[in-house]
Amino acid sequence: MLWIPAGLALALVVLPVVGLLARTDYARLPELLTSSASLNALQLSLVTAVLSTVFCVLLGVPLAVVLARSRSRGVRVLRAVVLLPLVLPPVVGGLALLFLLGRNGFLGYLLDVTAGIRIPFTTAAVVIAQTFVAMPFLVVSLEGALRGAGDRYELVASTLGARPWTVFRRVTVPLLLPALGSGAVLSFARALGEFGATITFAGSLEGVTRTLPLEVYNQAEADVDSAVALALLLIVVAVLVIAVARPRAVEGRP
Amino acid sequence: MRLVLAGVLSVVLVVSACGGSDGSSDEGSGGGDGNRTLNVFAAASLTEAFGELEKQFEAEHDGVDVRLNLAGSSQLASQINEGAPADVFASANEKNMDKVVEAGGVEGQPETFATNKLTIAVPPGNPKGITSFADLAGDDLTVVVCASQVPCGSATEEVEQATGVTLSPASEEQDVKAVLTKVELGEADAGLVYVTDVTSAGDKVESVEFPEAEQAINDYPIAVLAEAGQSELAQQFYDLVLGRSGQEELSKVGFGTP
Repeated sequence: MLWIPAGLALALVVLPVVGLLARTDYARLPELLTSSASLNALQLSLVTAVLSTVFCVLLGVPLAVVLARSRSRGVRVLRAVVLLPLVLPPVVGGLALLFLLGRNGFLGYLLDVTAGIRIPFTTAAVVIAQTFVAMPFLVVSLEGALRGAGDRYELVASTLGARPWTVFRRVTVPLLLPALGSGAVLSFARALGEFGATITFAGSLEGVTRTLPLEVYNQAEADVDSAVALALLLIVVAVLVIAVARPRAVEGRP
Repeated sequence: MRLVLAGVLSVVLVVSACGGSDGSSDEGSGGGDGNRTLNVFAAASLTEAFGELEKQFEAEHDGVDVRLNLAGSSQLASQINEGAPADVFASANEKNMDKVVEAGGVEGQPETFATNKLTIAVPPGNPKGITSFADLAGDDLTVVVCASQVPCGSATEEVEQATGVTLSPASEEQDVKAVLTKVELGEADAGLVYVTDVTSAGDKVESVEFPEAEQAINDYPIAVLAEAGQSELAQQFYDLVLGRSGQEELSKVGFGTP
């Protein structure tokens, strides 16, 4: 009974990728992938996605702990707000970032007049956009794990005299590692594929803001073969990351 | 129970997804006799002009629903070549029309129905005082252009070559509307767009015209497609665009006559 919908679900995910593989021009693949535009885009994508993942972890872990452990009523509202980037169309997210950090945005204007810093059209803007869309994945996986684990161990640790920071470091974080791993992988994957918010907020310029997904879109305008080759590269990178990190994280062995 | 429901849902999803792709051109809304749908694939820059022509055509043809599919010309060309149901194709440049012609998708010969040229879009009041194309090369300006892969970007490159002025843009956008948005939002000091885009943006941007734009005039070709489900209606729409009232609508938004 289960296998019919399960098979359909699998087909829906796998068949489009098979279609992509079938359309790839393998003879031209090496040439298409080693063009300087492709290599620049790949490098930029890897660097920004790694940075975004680091920011997601640094900022998302404390947020998840606060959300999971707090008993105040406002937290329910907060949780919905944190999920917002998940449901917002990425282009809307990009516009929202522009209205905050753009030259006429309230924070962006301040940065510009006080420090001469302009964020749009920079690599920093790419990282901000990616962190924005990827953060919920980390927070949601962590918060779920935290609630599942409960706070018994932490309570015991503090009754045994551990200070809050020690409890966090020695009890909470180790308990969280599996969820942290899978959350980080999800965030990385989401950051790697980020398109709409990036093109809206950061623009598209080779070597500065044109990540792999943007380069795929760009190439699709002129040379579909090249776009397909790049798409394949993006899939390979994503599959590698998931294959290396995800099983260990999911099975609970950090 | 829940599993069965999930199964039914996924079947419905898959079936409806399949049904959508081969939608024939007579799946009108009313379902009665004489309800026909004309699928017009048109470049995004034609949004306003073709919107008016759609109304005109529907008023003159009872029971006909004109559906405009507005997107970048290269996207439209790929969609047509992949078998999307289209009756008429109006492209923003010849290159993308040629892609469809080469694939054997065009009935007869494409005809040029309009021309367009570049202009400099600046925020209202032109705060940076830009007066010429050469001004755009200034160091302290944030200039946004189209990527060279899209028609407005190749026109920009032609102008750069003709003038010997090299721009260092902050971003190379994927379509001309994205360039306009960056100027409208005040993120860019100037952007290179088409004359017609400035017309459609109203008072949110101002235009600084420059004579070198004449070096890169874009021709817009239109054609009836070989796979057209409504070839007679398609021909009539084609005639409307090339006819007097079509040309009037086009010139209202700033297009040139071929």
